[in-house]
Amino acid sequence: MKKIARNIAYIDRPNRALSIYAVLFLAFLYIPVLFLPLFSFNDAIYIAFPIKSWTLHWYRDMWNNEPLFAALMNSVRVGIFVSLVATFLGIFGAKAVTRYKMPGKGPVIGLIMAPLVIPGIILGVALLILVNRVGITLSLYTIALGHVLVCVPFSMATLMSRFEGFDKSMEEASADLGENAWWTFWRVTLPMVFPGVMASLLLCFTISFDEFILAFFLGGTDPTLPLYMWGQLRFPQRLPNVLALGACILVISFVVVFFSQWLVRQDRD
Amino acid sequence: MSSNQSFISLQGVSKNFGEVVAVDDISIDIAAGEFFSLLGPSGCGKTTLLRLLAGFESPTSGEIYIDGNAMSEIPPHHRPTNMVFQNYAIFPHIDVNANIAYGLRRDKLGKVEQQRRVDEALEMVKLSGYGKRRANEISGGQRQRVALARALIKRPKVLLLDEPLGALDKKLREEMQLELRALQETVGITFIFVTHDQEEALTLSDRVAVMARGDVLQMASPQVLYNNPVSVEVADFIGQINFFDALVVDIQGDKAVLDTDGLGQVNIPASKDFVQKNARIVVALRPEKLKLLQQPDSNTPYNIKGELRTSAYLGNRSHFYVSVEGHDEQIAVAGQDSGISGQSMQRGSEVWLSWNEESIVVLPAP
Repeated sequence: MKKIARNIAYIDRPNRALSIYAVLFLAFLYIPVLFLPLFSFNDAIYIAFPIKSWTLHWYRDMWNNEPLFAALMNSVRVGIFVSLVATFLGIFGAKAVTRYKMPGKGPVIGLIMAPLVIPGIILGVALLILVNRVGITLSLYTIALGHVLVCVPFSMATLMSRFEGFDKSMEEASADLGENAWWTFWRVTLPMVFPGVMASLLLCFTISFDEFILAFFLGGTDPTLPLYMWGQLRFPQRLPNVLALGACILVISFVVVFFSQWLVRQDRD
Repeated sequence: MSSNQSFISLQGVSKNFGEVVAVDDISIDIAAGEFFSLLGPSGCGKTTLLRLLAGFESPTSGEIYIDGNAMSEIPPHHRPTNMVFQNYAIFPHIDVNANIAYGLRRDKLGKVEQQRRVDEALEMVKLSGYGKRRANEISGGQRQRVALARALIKRPKVLLLDEPLGALDKKLREEMQLELRALQETVGITFIFVTHDQEEALTLSDRVAVMARGDVLQMASPQVLYNNPVSVEVADFIGQINFFDALVVDIQGDKAVLDTDGLGQVNIPASKDFVQKNARIVVALRPEKLKLLQQPDSNTPYNIKGELRTSAYLGNRSHFYVSVEGHDEQIAVAGQDSGISGQSMQRGSEVWLSWNEESIVVLPAP
């Protein structure tokens, strides 16, 4: 007879079918992605099993690749700029929609969140037309502009949950104790949403760092890292380099996103 | 200066939220050093009134004066009031010391002087040694004390308290009531206290304003509220009471003769102006003003026969419920030591209720 662990709460009892499903689900999600780092250690130009022998050659190559580093620095610069601007806008936007009563609040939130659902290619084409019409030269700045647009909704969403999580009587208490709106923001509001601010910075940086479509449309002569990778794919012999680079980006993105999610959950209450 | 000399003066204050009238043309005068309570069910406007005093809301009409100064143009951070919030609103990102010192930034005290004031405040609320803890490391009762210390360190002219004891368990609440009253007497600050708990309001206050639907129904000392409520609604809200419909059948000099539903014929003083011949009024009797007996009491002309229905054991006393002829509701009677105990009486047995003429509360029909 099957033994039921009686000392385990009903809700915590193991369920084999669900466990198998969970494993399959994770496999489906991650196995394709894991081919990237796997073949980055393969000592052959072509992606095919069996793997001939293992090498760190492609990683060493990457280290001495000047254009790659230039592209990396471009991406980092754009990412920092975008995360700062988007988070700055996100803080005030999130505070406004969670704290103040205003007419048409629902539609306003909807419009701010819209870039989340607009296909990147449409946004890219639209922005390209706009930038050309206004007569701005395509550069890293135009890429950053596009990235801010797609990052603000993410920043808002992250920060809104933080603002909603704290009681507005905290801000009233600060006012009651003699601080005006500015000091209340510095002494109470900002410290209390700070984990959300950090999370938003990291999230926006990652989004900008990985973004390709808008960068493709809005980029000038300086490529960002994804644009550089795209360029390299034209040369079959460079493919392993791209795989190595991709593996690095994958690891860093994972770490950053996990860290930002961990921050969001910190001392919620 | 406002036209009168009271310390806090609300003059015709109204507050509307859209269509909803939260506070409806209220005028209250409160003396310096008074412990004043706003009592009423939820939604009666008491918290809105407190928030109007603190400056978190502005009145739709009317004016609030504190110590002679009109408040309508003054933002919360410049008002001479401090508030203890219902959920205490202790800042979670800083420790107890920093919470209490929060309001002292503008005073530009030295580090030493500031810590001395904080320690003094901690001692006042009996929390010495808790300064380094965070809000999530102290209990509800302790949080409440931190909120008090944080407000009082500002030495406000008025302390506003929004149901500060509501979240505490009964025993702690009773302890804090006594401490709060003692604290108020020590610091001598005017306290305005919001509560829905009538017992708490009676225990703590010098005066109580009973509110309903944005209106003040009665404003008086706890004794007056309990013994001389002005309306059925107030009497019903403050403690337990039995109501009887009555008809004024005759006025004889300063006495009125009533025919009541349940109590028979009753004489009352004809002093109140609504006591007119043929007027329908209400009389009321507190459970503790009734005596439950096995025979009529020969010392008073007021005795009625009834039937014992149920009893409720309340620990230090019992309530008995008696039905009498001509009255639909059962009458609550407080069992006292001198009377008969519950065991000696069977459900359904015949009992007598007796009372004195002066125990009767006379109220206008609602």
